[in-house]
Amino acid sequence: MDSKLRAILPDHDLLRMYEQMVLCREFEESCAEQYTKGHITGFLHLYSGQEAVAVGSTHALHKDDYILSAYREHAQAIVRGADPRRVMAELFGKSTGICKGKGGSMHLFDPELSFMGGYAIVGGQFPIACGLAFASKFRKENRVAACFFGDGAVNQGTFHEGLNWARLWELPVLFVCENNFYGIGTAVGRASALADIHKRACGYDIPAVRVDGMDVMAVYEAVKHGAEWVRENSRPYLIEAVTYRFRGHSMADPGKYRPVAEVELWKARDPIPGFARRLVEEGVVTQKELDGILVKARVTVAEAVRFAEESPWPEDGEVYTDIYV
Amino acid sequence: MPEMTYRDALNLALKEEMRRDPTVVTWGEDVALYEGSFKVTRGLLAEFGEERVKDTPISENTIIGVAIGAAMGGLRPIAELMTVNFALLAMDQLINHMTKIRYMFGGQVNLPMVVRAPGGGGSQLAAQHSQSLETFFMHAPGMHVLVPATPADARGLLKSAIRDNNPVMFLEHELLYNSKGEVPEDPEFTVPLGKAEVKREGKDVTIVAYSRMTVLALAAADTLAKEGIFCEVVDLRSLAPLDTETFVVSARKTGRAVVVEECWRTAGLGGHLASLIYEGCFDSLRAPVRRVSGLDVPMPYSRKLERLCIPQEEDIVAAVKETLKAQY
Repeated sequence: MDSKLRAILPDHDLLRMYEQMVLCREFEESCAEQYTKGHITGFLHLYSGQEAVAVGSTHALHKDDYILSAYREHAQAIVRGADPRRVMAELFGKSTGICKGKGGSMHLFDPELSFMGGYAIVGGQFPIACGLAFASKFRKENRVAACFFGDGAVNQGTFHEGLNWARLWELPVLFVCENNFYGIGTAVGRASALADIHKRACGYDIPAVRVDGMDVMAVYEAVKHGAEWVRENSRPYLIEAVTYRFRGHSMADPGKYRPVAEVELWKARDPIPGFARRLVEEGVVTQKELDGILVKARVTVAEAVRFAEESPWPEDGEVYTDIYV
Repeated sequence: MPEMTYRDALNLALKEEMRRDPTVVTWGEDVALYEGSFKVTRGLLAEFGEERVKDTPISENTIIGVAIGAAMGGLRPIAELMTVNFALLAMDQLINHMTKIRYMFGGQVNLPMVVRAPGGGGSQLAAQHSQSLETFFMHAPGMHVLVPATPADARGLLKSAIRDNNPVMFLEHELLYNSKGEVPEDPEFTVPLGKAEVKREGKDVTIVAYSRMTVLALAAADTLAKEGIFCEVVDLRSLAPLDTETFVVSARKTGRAVVVEECWRTAGLGGHLASLIYEGCFDSLRAPVRRVSGLDVPMPYSRKLERLCIPQEEDIVAAVKETLKAQY
């Protein structure tokens, strides 16, 4: 049978995307376990359910395109290439963490990967993405700044200021809304006068599309098109990826504001088994190979946890370093 | 040395640094075509073009955030806030982002950026346009805060700020733009950050001041000298880093100190300076440290009332005489 997937990407990439989605899910579920054990503390916002967005998007971007995100960003960082061991160590607050244990779950950052940060003030990343896009344009680097944000961020002033600014200055920003329908416990319809988020872009003369955020290939194709449009035109573009988080807002949230039937409906659309079925059906991979991928991901995550556990705490003197150059 | 105004000294510093480093860019409301609401950016658009000198929408939070991103991306942006009052619209990017990014990302990124903001009272601009917010910025670790009083310091400090790899809040005083002073001709003239300057030596009382308050302190010292009272005036120039040693050494020498702040008295920086003096040389003090401060009121419009709210030369003179009455 003809493979629709293979028409888009070669096997190697398809498998890599599947592996990364599985790794992200396993990583997040392990984080939940480490949180209940008290090894991870503070705020912990898990990405389970939304993997298709991070994986589809990151594969569609160039390696040196900037990525900025909010505080539910472990998967964004790992898919971009951050070492799961150093991400887990960051969550444990250890000195080997990706930010030396100073940022924690919400503030992952690695300039070598052009991963320009997790930001925990809702909407804080819009202007910063515009600034990076300006620098890219000024220096003729041809890098796109991909700015990820949730549905809750679109009622912040920075969303509107950022969209206006990006269009006005003709900046290469790709805005990607991960619409999971809830800002903590407030449904999008209870917070947004216009809940179809992509439609808001037209007020700033920015083209926008809505895409199924539970379908990794749909996300990939939309971001591929969007990013290339941004690169060619040096103008912003907005993608609304419709998705769902399987857990509460954070580990402190039991999620009682969502009807059980709604959660179950979305879980039935879980992006990982959905993609697995297609890969097997189209003959890209066997079920046995998929099982092997899951085992490998679990080993990687177990190694990450062990690395984090065994890593040293930061020295006391670190409290005063990195404030000023 | 040639004389020039504080405004022209700032303008010269901007031009010199933009000529020196092609990654220096500047933007803000009305900075390009209109050449700045206080004309500090006069001639910049003509010389450096629209790529480097940019007008922005009235979106203060984003003016700062775009500078943060541009600094991350390898440029040296100078963001102008039309007045410091509008910084309150940008506190999210200034405090939650600009001062935190280097630290929370484990020192992996520098933000070489300057935020210029004119402020202070005395022009009858009423409650929303006359604030002195220096304490707000000084309170937050993660940025430098500069407060030049003279044209020479304005030029030297702005050049240092642009070359520095940390975020710098550069607070200009609106009433000083037309003030004149000698400015060194050397194009490489800079003033180091975090170094106070003894602007006048004296033996009787130390006056610690900054920005326009330094100008008033020097005038008060002139007046007092005619009465045989010799004040040492320490101009902080930089609130962060704060050069505590220079004013503590001076207070230890004179045994008496007056601190002058334009901002509100309650929880203002003057209380902090006084506590540093007490901690640093309590044994040498012969009188309580006096504070001369802005009144704890929203600024009124009426000229007669406004004058009451801002420290005046005679207030400093009176405070110095008070410290001389006390005798520990």
